[in-house]
Amino acid sequence: MIMTIAARELKALFLSPMAWAILAVVQAIVAYFFLIYLDYFVSLQPQLALLPNAPGITSIVISPLYATVAIVLLLVAPLLTMRLISEERRNRTLPLLMSAPVSVSEIILGKFAGIVSFLLVLLLLTSLMPLSLLGSGKLDFGLLLSGLVGTFLVLCSFAAAGLYISTLTAQPTVAAVGTFGLLLLLWILDIAGNTGDANGVLSYLSMLNHNQALLRGIFSSADVIYYLLFITVFLVLSVRRLDAERLQR
Amino acid sequence: MQNDPFVQVKEVSRFYGTSCAVDHISFTVKQGEVLGFLGPNGAGKSTTMLMLTGNLAPSEGEISINGVDLLENPRQAKASLGFLPEQPPLYRDMTVDEYLRFCAQLHRIERGKINAAVDAVKQRCGLTEVGQRLIGNLSKGYQQRAGIAQAIIHSPAVVILDEPTVGLDPIQIREIRQLIRELGGEHSVILSSHILPEIQATCDRVQIIHEGKLVLSDTIAGLNHYMHESCVMIMLQQPPPLSELEKFPGVTAVEALDERRFKLYHEPGQSPAESLAEMAVQNRWRLTELTPEKRSLEQIFVDITTTEKTADAPGNGAAEQAA
Repeated sequence: MIMTIAARELKALFLSPMAWAILAVVQAIVAYFFLIYLDYFVSLQPQLALLPNAPGITSIVISPLYATVAIVLLLVAPLLTMRLISEERRNRTLPLLMSAPVSVSEIILGKFAGIVSFLLVLLLLTSLMPLSLLGSGKLDFGLLLSGLVGTFLVLCSFAAAGLYISTLTAQPTVAAVGTFGLLLLLWILDIAGNTGDANGVLSYLSMLNHNQALLRGIFSSADVIYYLLFITVFLVLSVRRLDAERLQR
Repeated sequence: MQNDPFVQVKEVSRFYGTSCAVDHISFTVKQGEVLGFLGPNGAGKSTTMLMLTGNLAPSEGEISINGVDLLENPRQAKASLGFLPEQPPLYRDMTVDEYLRFCAQLHRIERGKINAAVDAVKQRCGLTEVGQRLIGNLSKGYQQRAGIAQAIIHSPAVVILDEPTVGLDPIQIREIRQLIRELGGEHSVILSSHILPEIQATCDRVQIIHEGKLVLSDTIAGLNHYMHESCVMIMLQQPPPLSELEKFPGVTAVEALDERRFKLYHEPGQSPAESLAEMAVQNRWRLTELTPEKRSLEQIFVDITTTEKTADAPGNGAAEQAA
């Protein structure tokens, strides 16, 4: 049942020109960054050759690239998640799901799975760029995979937060603005945490901070758990929000 | 289980904030019955239907569908439900086929039977020709049919339709009514409408809801009896004073429509028409018209739902006669 809803969600995304536009734009921007990082690596290469145990192309090109993907998608994800529930509400299609033998959790998980599959497609498409380097050199696959997992977790968190905001309103644009605000806030918390002296908590809450270790190839379970918790909290909130609609106000 | 009513509603209420939209409603629907739900706007029809389909939780009371409690076991209860809300829940960017296939999956129809179910329901609702078209591009009538198709694709025990004929042309309305009658054969149907002839034409039983309360619940046959000749309309060129007309045996009330036309309400089966005609000749009231009138459903509806007596336009008479 979750898969049915996810499949419809994915289909609806690809039926709209928006998904294709987002894929194209993200791909173009990431490609540009990829070229910049590659250029940087090439200019650095003579010096690197002199160093013993020098950092390889993966850590100089690919890790920063994944960090960039996360930031670009912070801007783009709200546009993808905004319509998840709010559009159903605006088009009055929610009763179809609510009066079918489907639980609210299944609806939310289905929506989440749909949007996450799209983000996975997006991520895998951008990953083709680093993989193209295989033609002329060797890659550190452990580091690549860890970066991929880290970025995927960040994207899933974006999706969960966006899904929750989308359950709050019937206006997709309001959902987009709200999600964007929330994600931006969670991102810049880091800055606030760094400038203040005793604000370790704020810095800890910052979303992109937890990605750093994974991008460096350190699979720290604390960071992974942070993301899983973040996703779970927002999914539970979404279920409760949608369920509350039926109840007494 | 066989003899259990398909839908059982016990003492159900729903509040929005402090205002009470539905106030302790109880009713049952048996297998094969078509129940008409009538009420003026804002009476609580839609709220009741949303509660029956699990879209709204009742503030108090119990609902069971096909013997399963909707609140305790929603998934199983919803499996025997089909619902068409006031606005058909359609995804405008899908084709009719895709949409119906999605609905079939949502209602857990087995994979192998989905195509057959989609074809059958398209046939039934007259959607065969538009299967490949986008729902957003269809006319209102076809969209409404797609909405109905969605509600019956899994042949649920209970079909709930909220104003199913809104926006349709007269021919389509007839087809949909025919369809509803057919559905009544095997399923139970609950239908809301504020079009009275529609209820009269399609339903076995009528419930009138007003200000959140059930004010009338009767079979159409019972209502017909109730509606039978309880009023005589007369036209006299030289009318006597009203008090004289009120004296006729069996007459309960007299209403002057204008200077010459009167409505005499009487007990059922005690028509004063004959004695009236005799008296008119004797006293030279110059009787020019005498029409026994049936009380229409509309009249009953108006009587029940207008709490304060407003000055009714005499134009209503024409509509009543037509019914």
